[in-house]
Amino acid sequence: MDHLPTLVAEARQAIAAADDIAALDDVRVRYLGKKGDVTALLKGLGKLPADERPAAGERINEAKQLLGSELEARRLALQQAALNARLAAERLDVTLPGRGQESGGLHPVTRTLERIEGLFTRIGFDVAVGPEIEDDYHNFEALNIPAHHPARGMADTFYFDASRLLRTHTSPVQVRTMKAEQPPIRVVCPGRVYRSDSDLTHTPMFHQVEGLLVDEGISFADLKGTIEDFLHAFFERDDLSVRFRPSYFPFTEPSAEVDIQCVMCGGEGCRVCSHSGWLEVMGCGMVHPAVFQHSGIDSERYTGFAFGMGAERLAMLRYGVNDLRLFFDNDLRFLRQFG
Amino acid sequence: MKFSEQWLRDWVSPQLATQALADQITMAGLEVDAIERVAGEFSDVVIAEVVAKSQHPDADKLSLCQVDDGSGEPVQVVCGAPNVAPGQKVPFARVGAVLPGDFTIKRAKLRGVESSGMICSASELGLEEEASAGILVLPDSAPVGDDLRLWLGLDDSTIEVDLTPNRGDCLSVQGMAREVGVLNRLPLEGPELAPVAPTHEQRFAIEVADPERCPRYLGRVITGVDVTAETPLWMVERLRRSGVRSIDPVVDITNYVMLELGQPLHAFDLANLDSRIEVRLARPGEKLVLLDGQEIDLRDDTLVIADAKGALAMAGVMGGEHSGVSAETRDIFLESAFFSQLAVAGQARSYGLHTDASHRFERGVDPQLAVKAAERATQLLLEIVGGEAGPVVEVASVAHLPAERHVALRAERLEQALSKRLESAEVVEILERLGMCVEVQVDGWLAKVPSWRFDIEIEEDLIEELARIHGYNRLPVRRPAARLGLRADHEVRQPLARLRRQLVARGYQEAISYSFVAPELQQTLHPEARSPRLANPISSDMAVMRYSLFPGLIKALQHNLNRQQGRVRLFETGLVFRGELDELEQIPMVGALICGSREPEGWAGGRDKVDFYDLKGDLESLIALGGEADAWRFEPAEHSALHPGQTARVLYRGDAVGWIGTLHPAVRGRLGLKVDALLFEVRQEALSSGVLPAFVPLSRYPEVRRDLALLVDEDLPLQALLDCLREQAGEWLTELKLFDVYHGQGVPEGRKSLALGLTWQHPSRTLNDDEINQLVDAIVTESQARHGAELRG
Repeated sequence: MDHLPTLVAEARQAIAAADDIAALDDVRVRYLGKKGDVTALLKGLGKLPADERPAAGERINEAKQLLGSELEARRLALQQAALNARLAAERLDVTLPGRGQESGGLHPVTRTLERIEGLFTRIGFDVAVGPEIEDDYHNFEALNIPAHHPARGMADTFYFDASRLLRTHTSPVQVRTMKAEQPPIRVVCPGRVYRSDSDLTHTPMFHQVEGLLVDEGISFADLKGTIEDFLHAFFERDDLSVRFRPSYFPFTEPSAEVDIQCVMCGGEGCRVCSHSGWLEVMGCGMVHPAVFQHSGIDSERYTGFAFGMGAERLAMLRYGVNDLRLFFDNDLRFLRQFG
Repeated sequence: MKFSEQWLRDWVSPQLATQALADQITMAGLEVDAIERVAGEFSDVVIAEVVAKSQHPDADKLSLCQVDDGSGEPVQVVCGAPNVAPGQKVPFARVGAVLPGDFTIKRAKLRGVESSGMICSASELGLEEEASAGILVLPDSAPVGDDLRLWLGLDDSTIEVDLTPNRGDCLSVQGMAREVGVLNRLPLEGPELAPVAPTHEQRFAIEVADPERCPRYLGRVITGVDVTAETPLWMVERLRRSGVRSIDPVVDITNYVMLELGQPLHAFDLANLDSRIEVRLARPGEKLVLLDGQEIDLRDDTLVIADAKGALAMAGVMGGEHSGVSAETRDIFLESAFFSQLAVAGQARSYGLHTDASHRFERGVDPQLAVKAAERATQLLLEIVGGEAGPVVEVASVAHLPAERHVALRAERLEQALSKRLESAEVVEILERLGMCVEVQVDGWLAKVPSWRFDIEIEEDLIEELARIHGYNRLPVRRPAARLGLRADHEVRQPLARLRRQLVARGYQEAISYSFVAPELQQTLHPEARSPRLANPISSDMAVMRYSLFPGLIKALQHNLNRQQGRVRLFETGLVFRGELDELEQIPMVGALICGSREPEGWAGGRDKVDFYDLKGDLESLIALGGEADAWRFEPAEHSALHPGQTARVLYRGDAVGWIGTLHPAVRGRLGLKVDALLFEVRQEALSSGVLPAFVPLSRYPEVRRDLALLVDEDLPLQALLDCLREQAGEWLTELKLFDVYHGQGVPEGRKSLALGLTWQHPSRTLNDDEINQLVDAIVTESQARHGAELRG
């Protein structure tokens, strides 16, 4: 009995010295196990005189509890240390790149076309597409450009034979739409177009988006509003100046070219805008009555507007691309910049 | 259309600086393309006379000149120009003068001889782009000592306007002046145009056989001209500033009047004309040698000017060599005609020609202008080359001249079109300034259109004119209103954008290649291909329409391989063109190409080269979008561009819709490609199709899985075995997976081991071992019977 304090001190030392769960368990068994030293003391209580037993029992139980809680504390500490060690061992370099495929990317022209389509479809336009090998009628005649009209010289045409050609604009899709549907018509027509022209600022193929809105009571004011809204939304610049300049297209009247304040220099004048501060970005106008006539739409009852823009031009301005020809080289170093 | 600002200001001169004037013209719809100063910036250049010239003592190519620059003292200059000669009037840069390029003239010694100034060439003064051959020799009348800039009026600009095809009326200084007058509310002040009274009675007969194409033809004989006379410098300068070279005085005058008034003119050498002028269609087999020396075979829809012997000129396009004016010409026959647009439209183009005259006649020349222009040209001819004018002979067919046009404009329509009410006074004022006679009516206006405005025929034309002059940017802006109607939306259709994004997510970059390709490349890939060929390709390697997306993808691959990009994953979407024109199909396709390592270079491996199954996995991921994978099949097949053992025809609902495979090694060799590439191409229509998900209740009963390893012949396609298994496995089979393909120890040569996992589940009860065992037995028996499959122990 007298050696209880010594025993406790010994046991505490052993607990503190145990450096893993197994060693700690050995300590527990040695002192608190069935045959453990402290347990033995409890078993020996019977040999004491009856009046000493309660006090001695109390002391032993206190010692047992003390050791029990120290064992538990030590166990927790060892577990924590083991976990910490494991976590430390499992540390990764989280700055290494992830595994597997890298994402690819859309072509900047597609990106631009989708953006334009999105802006218009969200306000109720449909998307229409059409053939690229067209006939003379849909590409020219129906758009009020009869044979030998000087406007045919405005776009150098690729021909297959006397009447079949590569469309020079996406306007034939408008004609096809108007022949197939009655107003109200709201449609945008994106696609490839072709002109026999190749130099620094022209490629023989490029992309256009045409838009067409036909309904009762549509006026030039609606055209101006739609175009201004579109340009502000496209460039995400509500303060972008937009101006409408009279022009001529055989299929619209009145016709306009649309200029925006140069997005490169803010209108100060730079190489991109030829120091004018303005950039021509699209053509538009009110649908010409002759076009309605070809399409079987009553031009007294309905009016409408049409507009057309080059996707490459808008992509160049939006992303700062300075060489048109890059669009069709399909150079990965170029394409990846738009991923 | 290029013109000199000073020349324009002779007609109408608003209080606007050059740029402001150009902006105003641009905003009226006549787009100014360029403004260029007519000469370089220079100062202190005067007119001087070369008094004496001698050889430089030390240099063969230099001469020593004494010039009189009006200062009183003769000045000594060394000059290197071969054409300098005593008596010439020349531009002389005094010491201290600054020439273009900020070049200051200093007193200098040239090979030991003092030189105080410089005699200048046209290019040194910025009057010509190309280096001049010698010094600029001025006319004898040039006043010595006067400032050259002032004397030549060099503080002027050339304004270049890019006119739209409807505004042929502006193809002259007069036309531009009319427009500027309208914009600034200013009257025009043209040159004095009094008719020239004939001083003899010589006439030359004119017969117009085709009055529809030539409603008016005027001719005038001018005798005794001297074509060796010099064109006056003021005219040469105005021509130069309009982009026209001086040729001889007669041609210069006809060009000058065309630029001034807009009427193309032609002068014939009367001595070369036989009997009469005939205006008629060309005869079959008729030939003509044009002014530029080329001989053309005329078609019988071409209007010609002929004499009794044959064609002399292509009407309204170009004169002939034989009948043109030369230095020997004494008498001329001056032509001023109105050819209809019908006569000229398309003609020049069809012969590969484009001339100032055809450009104007195609767009419409004022039918009332011929007389005025003939008189103006006569006046200038007499002044410059002398001679005597005969009477003007006119043959006109009033019935064929453009009729006077009256166009009505309804006030209500105008207001509706512009969303703005223009006051009647403004409408009338604008239209009248444009040269129309306006009658105010109850509901609008009736305008008589001036003869030069071919583009005004209908109400909308007047609305456009009013909007344009009033100013587009002063018109209101609003947003269109529309009914909010929902549109049909086909949930099972995969939009193209979705297909694209799926490929992007799998590491592809999108390519866009030309729709026309090199015939040789297409031939190499698709020897049997029939696709339309362009009649006028821009180059021989862009001459046929693509039959598939493969040529463009392969060209893009080559481009990238040549730039050290070894790992390529590209896709393209777009039309391919199949068949001859008459049975042409234009089919939207989705195609892709991969090459190089499976994964981007990195620390985690993945450097294996891609193979067939990489590409197939990507295609299957597109197929999966439609939720209808069972409708698709890949069957072994052969394709001219692809490896015969690594090619599949792709079928959707039994229809062949595309191809997938490895580029054929022989084809690869012919294309000079050193690496393997894999390609697919599938019709977009099939990839966009799909089915609506159809819910199947989830079973609460356990699944049973059995794995089978079957030994089959090496060349048995898995698909055949799967078809057999599915057939035998009963209706509760929920999944059938291939999880291993094994060759090697334990598998005999020529055989392979396919490990398959089969899962069954019943919707409403637990399946027992007996029934599964029966199914497995049936599978094993049937696959052995049909495909010689053996169950591996």
